[in-house]
Amino acid sequence: MTQTARPLSPHLQIYRWRVNMLQSTLHRLSGLFLCLGGLLLAWGLIAAASSAQAWSTFATFCGSPIGLVLFIAWSWALLFHLCNGIQHLFRDAGMGYDVPLRDHAKTPSYFATGWLVIAISVALTVVVWVCYFLRANGGAA
Amino acid sequence: MAEFTLPKNSKVRQGKKYPARAGAKDVRTFRIYRWNPDDAENPRVDEYEVDMAACGPMVLDALIKIKNEIDSTLTFRRSCREGICGSCAMNIDGTNTLACTRAVGDCAAGDVKIYPLPHMPVVKDLVPDMTHFYAQHASIKPWIRTQSAPPPDSERLQSVEDRKKLDGLYECILCACCSTACPSYWWNGDKGEGNDFLGPAILLQAYRWIADSRDEDTGARLDELEDPFKLYRCHTIMNCTNACPKGLNPAKAIGEIKKLMVERKGA
Repeated sequence: MTQTARPLSPHLQIYRWRVNMLQSTLHRLSGLFLCLGGLLLAWGLIAAASSAQAWSTFATFCGSPIGLVLFIAWSWALLFHLCNGIQHLFRDAGMGYDVPLRDHAKTPSYFATGWLVIAISVALTVVVWVCYFLRANGGAA
Repeated sequence: MAEFTLPKNSKVRQGKKYPARAGAKDVRTFRIYRWNPDDAENPRVDEYEVDMAACGPMVLDALIKIKNEIDSTLTFRRSCREGICGSCAMNIDGTNTLACTRAVGDCAAGDVKIYPLPHMPVVKDLVPDMTHFYAQHASIKPWIRTQSAPPPDSERLQSVEDRKKLDGLYECILCACCSTACPSYWWNGDKGEGNDFLGPAILLQAYRWIADSRDEDTGARLDELEDPFKLYRCHTIMNCTNACPKGLNPAKAIGEIKKLMVERKGA
């Protein structure tokens, strides 16, 4: 009998993704991404403390299309992390787990709240940037 | 660090095809994970075409039909065929559940994909090695623990209200569907040296004894769980509750333990 090492059964490769799994993954990724944003903040502070030249390099980067995309992404990451964090607070208080012995034919409530968290974070991001561009245009006019 | 890909010896390859017999009326294809310890080959996925017109409604019926009529080497655990023994827990159509209570008709359209419980060492085909899971269960001492002397002429009694607190907990059949659905259990369930996340099934069992009015060791039970890995690797992903074939709520049970931890600190 050939005794070979036991294989590990497939996991991420085969598991069906639902919004709850997406939320958890996004929470991690947005947290990591926010750490990178911290580096940008550090760059800005160092530039401001160094010289006008350094600050203008930083400001040019922030005003460039790449900078704008990064800022939009960071604002969404922050707002998603915030909204999902609020859901975590509810869970820590014992709420939002749905009832036990639920009917499997029904969609559990935490799918709806998961999509709600994502939708609110996107909506808030849109609001933030619409306000920003309205102010920017108003300032120019 | 979490290992997101499969080790080299675990990568799954395309396997054999077993077409339905001529004259089959209602053909459904089952794609089933196979691994044989008796040869040195990697796991594979075999395809079996089953005539559903001549097969029972549940996934377990189809598995038994395949074993009886198409390929007798297919290996899986099963016993009660009514969702109380927990033997036939496996990953069906992307979600952990019991093959005996899962209807083929409820699976998503297309081929029905069947794998062993995720992120477990495979003994053969759909049979995972549950040794570590059972050892974790034993580690929480899942029996009544008391200090007081038992009443001389009766068993330890419990009020109707206290008994009700065990509803939604005592029904757990330890099939491991929830624990092996949990990504945190995949990455942290087997770290060794007492640094394991216990996983939703074992934590629900732990809470079942914490919530029992007759058990007198609640403090010690909470002390044992007060650990960055055993309890707090739960990030309320909710895959456990979503998978439970008995409709229980392991995530909520874990949440209740976390609440008790906070409450006793405040006291």
